[in-house]
Amino acid sequence: MSWLQRHIRPEQIRELSLLLLIIVAVLFFGSMIDGYYTSRTFNRIVSSIAIITIVAVGQTLVVLTRNIDLSVGSIVGCTAYAVGTVLGHYPGISPLLAVVMAVALGSLIGVVNGALVAWGRVPSIIVTLGTLAIFRGLLVDLSNAKTVTTDSLPPWLVNLPRLNMFSLFGLDIPALFLMSVIVVLIFHLGASYLSLGRRFYAIGSNPDAAALIGLPIRRLVFLAFVLSGSLAGLAGFVTLARFGNITVESGRGLELQVVAAVVVGGVNIFGGSGTVIGAMLGAIMIGTLEQSLYRLQISEFWRDAILGLLILLAVASDAVILQRLRALWGRADLKYVAPAGKPSLEGAHIP
Amino acid sequence: MTVLGRLKSWEGLLLAVLVAVVAMNVVRSPYYLGVTNIANLFQLEIEKIIVALIMTLIIINGEIDLSVASVMGLSACVLAWLFQMGTPLPLAIIAGLLSGLAAGLFNGFWVAYVGLPSLAVTLAGLIGFRGIARILVEDRAIGGFPLWFNTMGQQPVLGPMTASIAIFFVLFAIIVVVLHRSALGRLVYVIGNNAQAARYSGVRVKRVKMALFAASGVVAALAGILYAARLGSVRGDMATGFELDVITMVLLGGVSIFGGSGNLVGVGLSILVILNLRNGMGLANITGNTQTSVIGALLILSVLVPNMAQVLQSSWKGRNT
Repeated sequence: MSWLQRHIRPEQIRELSLLLLIIVAVLFFGSMIDGYYTSRTFNRIVSSIAIITIVAVGQTLVVLTRNIDLSVGSIVGCTAYAVGTVLGHYPGISPLLAVVMAVALGSLIGVVNGALVAWGRVPSIIVTLGTLAIFRGLLVDLSNAKTVTTDSLPPWLVNLPRLNMFSLFGLDIPALFLMSVIVVLIFHLGASYLSLGRRFYAIGSNPDAAALIGLPIRRLVFLAFVLSGSLAGLAGFVTLARFGNITVESGRGLELQVVAAVVVGGVNIFGGSGTVIGAMLGAIMIGTLEQSLYRLQISEFWRDAILGLLILLAVASDAVILQRLRALWGRADLKYVAPAGKPSLEGAHIP
Repeated sequence: MTVLGRLKSWEGLLLAVLVAVVAMNVVRSPYYLGVTNIANLFQLEIEKIIVALIMTLIIINGEIDLSVASVMGLSACVLAWLFQMGTPLPLAIIAGLLSGLAAGLFNGFWVAYVGLPSLAVTLAGLIGFRGIARILVEDRAIGGFPLWFNTMGQQPVLGPMTASIAIFFVLFAIIVVVLHRSALGRLVYVIGNNAQAARYSGVRVKRVKMALFAASGVVAALAGILYAARLGSVRGDMATGFELDVITMVLLGGVSIFGGSGNLVGVGLSILVILNLRNGMGLANITGNTQTSVIGALLILSVLVPNMAQVLQSSWKGRNT
């Protein structure tokens, strides 16, 4: 036990247990559904979660700083529509430029959110509730209710969702899924090991202390919103590639799924703890559940009820189990420190 | 407080905005001041403003209830499902209200007794209760309710007022008394300001929170049933997304999202501003989506402008001393 306690943090146990839960879910569905273990099932699940995963990464950064970004659904809709329209008019645009356009537009919207939260001192839930409505309204007005259709898009984009990068154990890895995994890895490593990344945790877990040691809180919060916006922009590009037909309603309600993935993934809604990988696991859990319940021929109407229950269980286990684990770890740390000749903390009050 | 001080307060600002909006509407449309239009103005958003009243209490208490729109859908679907199975409608209505109570108690249990954040709990509720509603009704539209039920939602009963509008005013009076004239109301503020201090001074924080979430469930269920009566039919996705409008109304009314401050006069004025703004824009042929963006902008500005004024004021003072 003490070896375990020295090498693994309680938060990592949380992620391992989520991973275990996903495996249990897959085994369960595998025993219920004939022909479940096929590359088709895998493909369905991973292509369904690429969008939510990318947005959830940005949302994680924002939530870490004790804020929330509810406008991501509108950002995804706006960028998907805008890039789709531009590609419809100028089909010669290179793929790279299209991605850059989507990310740039998304981060521009993120700048608005971030400036209002950081320097306007308006609570993020108010700002993003407002911009959720504003950006969606602008999209509907500016578009004249026209839609982007698949046949107006260049062939490389339409074929992108079916493009597989390589095979792993007989499973084809779609390019869009690979992209979301790369995004997750970059941001996970950045948030875990870069000093910039640790600062997001610092201002979320104790804003007063972070201010006292001189962290530029406003700039960091601003940056989190810009990153969230740019990732939502990237997800807008993926949405365009995946669905082809983009209406002004595209991405509506996505913010709830994303917040759900983040919360299931163990990111504390009050900031300061949780990881990007956790958020991805949350998205995978939800995606697996959704696609498998669909395959199980369970009426689609059951999915939401089960999803709601799952979120509640995730949050409850986070609060109750993690608290216990932390207490256990805390005591173990003290026992471990004491014999090494360092100042003993025995007798100190341990809650 | 002096007259000037009162006008400089949040409510004063809202009142000024309200007067401006009404004046603009009167000038722009000859139909605006008609009794039918005034009644219509309330009627079109009546369910949301009923829920906004109870949401005010929840937010002042330092919590949030994102599940209200799904509870509205749930109660209406419970009612419709039972009605379709042959239950007499009055019984079905009671069952609908009870389903709201159950949903509220469920939220309250996790928030008050387990201590989970209400944002996460009611987000789960938002998805889960909607799921239950859709299990019951699937993708059907259930209608064919008795005439009296539809009449209740659609026809004026008290002068130009429909039953829903009358219920709104009664509820408004009740909640004003509870929040501003009762011991419970003081507790709501005290807990919102500092729940821990309240607990140490012997306030039964858990019980108050539980009661508020239960009340939120019942009121949302009532609003859902009134919505069903107004539309004359029930679908699984009815009232989807209403929670955002409801929260906007409350926050625009000057209630702090962090709890502990705000009052019903402000929320009442903010409801009037939003209703008149929407109505005026509707009369001027501005689409629903633009209306929503304008209200979204108003929500942000309502917090941004006072903040900026404060920043400017303090930097001005800093220069003088």
